[in-house]
Order: sequence, then C-alpha cells, then structure tokens
Amino acid sequence: MGIDKETVKYVANLARIELRDEELKRLSEQLKQIIDFIDKLKLLDIKDVEPTSHILPMSNVLRDDQPRESLPISKTLECAPAKEENFFLVPKVIE
Amino acid sequence: MTEYEAVIGLEVHVQLKTKTKAFCGCSTEFGKEPNTQVCPICLGFPGVLPVLNRTALDYAIKVALALNCKIHSPTKFDRKNYFYPDLPKNYQISQYDLPLSYDGFLDIDLDGKDKHIRIRRVHLEEDAGKLIHKESTSLVDFNRAGIPLLEIVSEPDINSPEEAYQYLVTLKSIIQYLDVSDCDMEKGSLRCDANISLRKKNTIEFGTKIELKNMNSFKAVKDALTYEIERQKSLLSKNKAIVQETRFWDTKELKTFPMRTKEEAMDYRYFPDPDLPMFIITQEKIQQIRESIPELPREKIQRFIKDYGLSLYVAKILVSSKKDADFAESCLKAYPNKDKKTLVNWLIGPLLQEANTRGCGLADLGITPQGLNELLGFVEKELISNLVAKSVLTEIIEKHKSAATIIQEGNLIQISDTESLEKIAKKVIQENPRSVQDYKGGKNNAIMFLVGQVMKKSQGKANPKIAQELLKRLLNE
Repeated sequence: MGIDKETVKYVANLARIELRDEELKRLSEQLKQIIDFIDKLKLLDIKDVEPTSHILPMSNVLRDDQPRESLPISKTLECAPAKEENFFLVPKVIE
Repeated sequence: MTEYEAVIGLEVHVQLKTKTKAFCGCSTEFGKEPNTQVCPICLGFPGVLPVLNRTALDYAIKVALALNCKIHSPTKFDRKNYFYPDLPKNYQISQYDLPLSYDGFLDIDLDGKDKHIRIRRVHLEEDAGKLIHKESTSLVDFNRAGIPLLEIVSEPDINSPEEAYQYLVTLKSIIQYLDVSDCDMEKGSLRCDANISLRKKNTIEFGTKIELKNMNSFKAVKDALTYEIERQKSLLSKNKAIVQETRFWDTKELKTFPMRTKEEAMDYRYFPDPDLPMFIITQEKIQQIRESIPELPREKIQRFIKDYGLSLYVAKILVSSKKDADFAESCLKAYPNKDKKTLVNWLIGPLLQEANTRGCGLADLGITPQGLNELLGFVEKELISNLVAKSVLTEIIEKHKSAATIIQEGNLIQISDTESLEKIAKKVIQENPRSVQDYKGGKNNAIMFLVGQVMKKSQGKANPKIAQELLKRLLNE
C-alpha cells in the first residue's frame, strides 16, 4: 500500500499535528516502509483463523457497582492548564 | 403538487442509573459540585485501566431484550477517536462492529392502530463531560464523563412527527418500567437526535438526509421535525437541492439552523479498545435477565382491559408509569364493586387532577387504596355529594386524615331530608324570580341554576337529586 504525502497530511491533521514540508516527505517514506512491513501479513494463509480483537485469553472482566472516593478537587485541577472556580477553562468551542 | 413522505430515524441516548460510572468507581450522582466526581480513569490519565460496571451491562441487556433485540456474544468495546474539550481521553469508549444487541423492534400505538418500528441496535458507551459556554471561554465539568450511556438507534421506519413523538413516549415508558434510567430530558438523562429526509410518495429511494440536534423535549423533537419537513418540501418544490448537513433546533426562534460544517466528513478511526477484553453473554445470563423484566405497558394495558373492564383510553392513562399502574391496580383490587366505573372516574378525574396540580404521580398523593374506597363509600351511599367528596379528597391528601374523620369534623353529611331541603328550596325560589319565570316559561335549563343555588346555600351539602325533585314539585304546585 502506497503512502503519499496527502495521506500523511490527512492523518497529521486528524491527530492535530502540524508538519513542515520536509517532515512530510520524510514521514511519508518512513510510514511507507512500516506499512510495507505490515503488509507481509497478507502473505499468510489465514482462512482457518478466527478474527481477533484482543490477544489475551480473557473475557468478562467486570466490577461491582460500588462507589469509591473520587479525586480531591485540588488534585484534579492541579494539571489543568487553565481553570475558573472548579471548572477546567478552555477556549470557546462554539459561536 | 408532488406529495412527499417523511422518512425519520431516531437516535436516543439514555443515561443508565447505576451508582457508579461505566468504567470507574466515581459516583454518578446528579447536581454535585463540578469536577468532584472524577478520577484518573474517567479523566483519561495515561496508564489507567477501565473496568466495566457489571450493573451497567445488565441494565443494557435488559433494555435490549425489552426492545426485542438479539444479543451479540461476544460483544466488544471500541474507541471512537475525536477531539473535543468535553472528551478527556480524546476518544469515547463505544461499540462499533460488535454492538451489544441488534435487530429489535418497538410497537407504537397510533390512535388504536399499531405500527412496528424496527430497532437497528442498542449499544453501551460512555457519556462525555458537560460544557458551559461563556462570553469568550468555555468551562468544562467532567462529572458526567464516563456515565454509562445506552445508544438506541431506530431504523428509518418513522414517517411523521407524531409517530416520532409516540415512539419516544413508548420508549421512555418501557425504560422507566425497567427501572434502569430516569429518562429525564431536563436533566439530560434522555437525549434524542433525528435523521430526516423526504421522498416522493410511493417511491423507494431515500432523499438527502438531514441530522437534527439540540431538541430538549419530546415536543421540541416533534416541532423540529414538523419545521424541517416544511423547509425541505419548500426547497424540493422549487427544485432546489437539499444539502446533507447537521442542523440544530433553535428553541427561541422555533427554526432549524445549520451547524458549522467541517470540511470533510468525521473520521473516527474506530478500533478495538485494548484495555477492555471481550464480553461473552451466556444464554443463562440472558434468561436470568429476561425473567427480571416486569410486565411492560402494552401487556399491562391489555390485562387491565380484560381483568377490570377498563376502556383502552383509561387503561393507557393508568399505566403511563409503573408506580401509578401498581397503585391503580391495588385500588381496583380493593374496590368492592364489580363495576369499576365510579372508582375509575375518580382515578382519572379528581385524583389525577390533584396529582397534576402537585406535579406528582397518583401513587405519590399519599392516599391509600383503602382510604380512597372509604371516601367512595360515602359517595355511593349518597352520604356526601361529589362536590363535597372532592374537597374531602384534597383534605385527605393535605392533612393525612381519614375521610370519616374529615366528614364528621366538618359536619359534611349530605342533607337528604326533605324538610330541611324544602326550607332552602323555598328561599331560593323566592330570591330568584327570574329563573322561576324562565322555568315556568319552558326553559328546562333554569332548574339547574336553581339547584346550583340550593347547593350553594347548603355549602355543597344538599343532595342535588332530591333538591331537583323538590324544586320541580314546588314550582309545579
């Protein structure tokens, strides 16, 4: 599968990463190598293999509906870049 | 003019009323100080491990089964990736290609006729935080982030705003019967988006779809759909194209407006959440949950009609909430007469009125089935008039006294003896010569006015039937 600059631009935009032209070029090449490597899986015969979404032989990991302490508000807001009263403060997101 | 048919699909989100969030032990209690019910898991700190709430999964299965869905086993959770300030992890834990359940249906009642609305899927996900918008900034409260949310998606089988309304009412009542959500649109525990397109009648191809958001009541859903149908009709009749977009319902303007559209379609890059291994739902589990589902409104309506001889109209009113339906059934059972008419008239008349004024249900009025029967006993023996009985009912509710005590204390027993009534009647005849003339002149209605005057003079205690007979006799003398 080919990875062109447009694809890298698109993915970068989805991840909100701004890339310079030379970075775009370099990353396109690197990503192409990675994808090509993963494409080798296509050579395997998997017609008898069930689709897998998880590699661990685990299922039904559940917890009881029992409340426990939450973080103290001071701790929670410690990592907020900006705050107002007990809220996280962000640039306005709608008009 | 071309006739168009609306094609509507609804996407309903319902908050499950578990004690804790979907994937962590933070409390879900409503109305707490902002950001006091959060932890590293629901705030999306690196390295934390979400673990699914057992009760949330059980509730979700319960709703899926009540909506006649098939259960996917195994089912899994996926990450839906997007950036928004109310989403602390930058992904929402949701379900993509193996949703908990699929292929169900809901039958709705349209003026006595049933309509079958297919349900595409019911899946479990987590809620986002809440944003409060200010002049130039937005504030974020993550207390809501991570609360278990059910997404219930219908097929586009709904063809009018009225059908959409009935679908929502029916869905809400089922979920409330299951006791798994408050379904309170004001508190945001039930939210609804709609997809709507128009197509020429008797054609199969769908028109261009519009997504509607920001409807904060069932009525708003109905109004927004009605508005949107007219808007699209007028565009189509002018041969203008409808642009696929998301529009929001403006509650003040009562119009829909386009939301700012992004250049490209959203690309959520769903992938299996590696933190949450698969969930296998066994037949035993399904059976166990199926057995815990109570009698649902539709079946209850049918049974009430059959067992108690109620009309469809009355049965529908009485089963609107499970609590009220249980209360009504206790009353029906405790009521000694085979003909339930008097009781039923009282339930959907004065009692419902009292409940509506107080903004509560029948069951919350504090009157017991026995207490109500006691009161109705006085009415049926004609010891008190209907009018007096209504004020006694108010007093039972407000002062928590029995009907007998109130009637005795207030000396409210109906005056049925002709002697006392005759005195009042004579006085009324004397004071209202005009009505007397009218009556003698052939206006039969005038007698009702005179009866009213007798009732008034006796403070509602006169027996209206005897008063009428008496007045007629005196006037014909």
